Amino acid sequence: MTSLGALLIRDMRLAVRVGGGALMGVLFFLVVVTLVPFAIGPDLALLERIGPAVLWLAALLANLLALDRLFAADHEDGSLDLLLMSRAPLELVVAVKGLAHWLTTGLPLVIAAPLIGLLLNLDGAAQAGLVLTLLVGTPALTFIGLIGAAIAVALRRGGLLLAVLVLPLTVPVLIFGVAAANAVLGGAAPFGTPFTILCALSLASLVIGPFAAAAALRQEIE
Amino acid sequence: MSLTDLANPSRFLKFANRVLPWLGGVTVIAFAIGLNQAMGAPDDYQQGATVKIMYLHVPSAWLGMLAWGVMSIAALGTLVWRHPLADVAAKSAAPLGAAFTLLCLVTGALWGRPEWGTYWVWDARLTSELVLFLLYLGVIALWRTVEDPSRAARAAAILTLVGAVDLPIIKFSVDWWNTLHQGESVFRFGGSTIYPTILVPLLVMAVAFTLLFVTLQIAAMRNEILRRRVRTLRLMQAQAAS
Repeated sequence: MTSLGALLIRDMRLAVRVGGGALMGVLFFLVVVTLVPFAIGPDLALLERIGPAVLWLAALLANLLALDRLFAADHEDGSLDLLLMSRAPLELVVAVKGLAHWLTTGLPLVIAAPLIGLLLNLDGAAQAGLVLTLLVGTPALTFIGLIGAAIAVALRRGGLLLAVLVLPLTVPVLIFGVAAANAVLGGAAPFGTPFTILCALSLASLVIGPFAAAAALRQEIE
Repeated sequence: MSLTDLANPSRFLKFANRVLPWLGGVTVIAFAIGLNQAMGAPDDYQQGATVKIMYLHVPSAWLGMLAWGVMSIAALGTLVWRHPLADVAAKSAAPLGAAFTLLCLVTGALWGRPEWGTYWVWDARLTSELVLFLLYLGVIALWRTVEDPSRAARAAAILTLVGAVDLPIIKFSVDWWNTLHQGESVFRFGGSTIYPTILVPLLVMAVAFTLLFVTLQIAAMRNEILRRRVRTLRLMQAQAAS
């Protein structure tokens, strides 16, 4: 267990230090959200209506940013080979790396969402709903992304391919995340149904993601 | 001749060359019968003649999903048994599946225009079918990105198995959500709700589409094996030259 803890701390340190992508995600998130009013005009009523969708979309894209370096950086400097040979099961290693990625990319997005929501004229209840859905939904994005990151690990231009591979798989998360966030805003549907499905998607990807990513890594590096 | 015999690419080539003319002929006959029956089938009392789009739309939807199923089995063959032809089968099925899915989307749009008044709605069935199409394109992109075919095969196999999650979503989308797309009417408990005069031509067309898929699949696998041989010969040539 200590080796896994050490891995978690190492990955988070790497993300926070120079060359890491931790705060880049939040910055990207902010930039994307800022672009939206420029594109569709500063109509506050409209922005409030599409606000949750815009924030979810921006979170989805921001989550992709650091993902292509998740295994590729380790592959380049050789530490991935050490991880593959370590005694800890590869699935757990991958899950820990996913957790570190979520803590440094997903969680900052969740924390920044209320502030950025202000730009889109979201009120208190809508903000709370949005933060809750992002908190529950972003792990699904990370752990689905793990699969793509593992598949694209040894590729040049892996980042572009990663987006093409991962984004279609995240469609259900986007649908139910936005549906739940909109329900708080006064949609016709109740909040509970899409929210519980979102939880289920996160839990399922928590299981499928590490196994598929570990399998992909074993196949790629041999 | 069993499946393990066909694992040898040379034997498979011999088998493919022997079987393909027959398969092609049977496919043409099946399409002749199916299209003839479809043209002779009665019009729908509400939709009129546009219902004939169904004879292309429904089989291509089935085949689009079947091709991913074939790819998933081939993916297991690649990852679990290391079957030498499994990755050839997976690679050949991807463009075919993408083509059938695109055909399904296009015919669906053309059918939707007169019946629903729009080419496209963001309904669960349509959306999940579109996602299937995007997944096909992703898999094809992956095949085209990795140079070494056997490494590409293993990466594509994992993506295929993960993407297989979309198949039940497409199948049951009309039951789980209230969709504009009509509910399941052929394979359901209590029998089909389609009248036999329309159902029989539909099933004949489905058989014809399946035969077409099998023919194209075997032909594509043959081409892929030959392509790999050419690649190997070129590599050997380049090595000999240097």
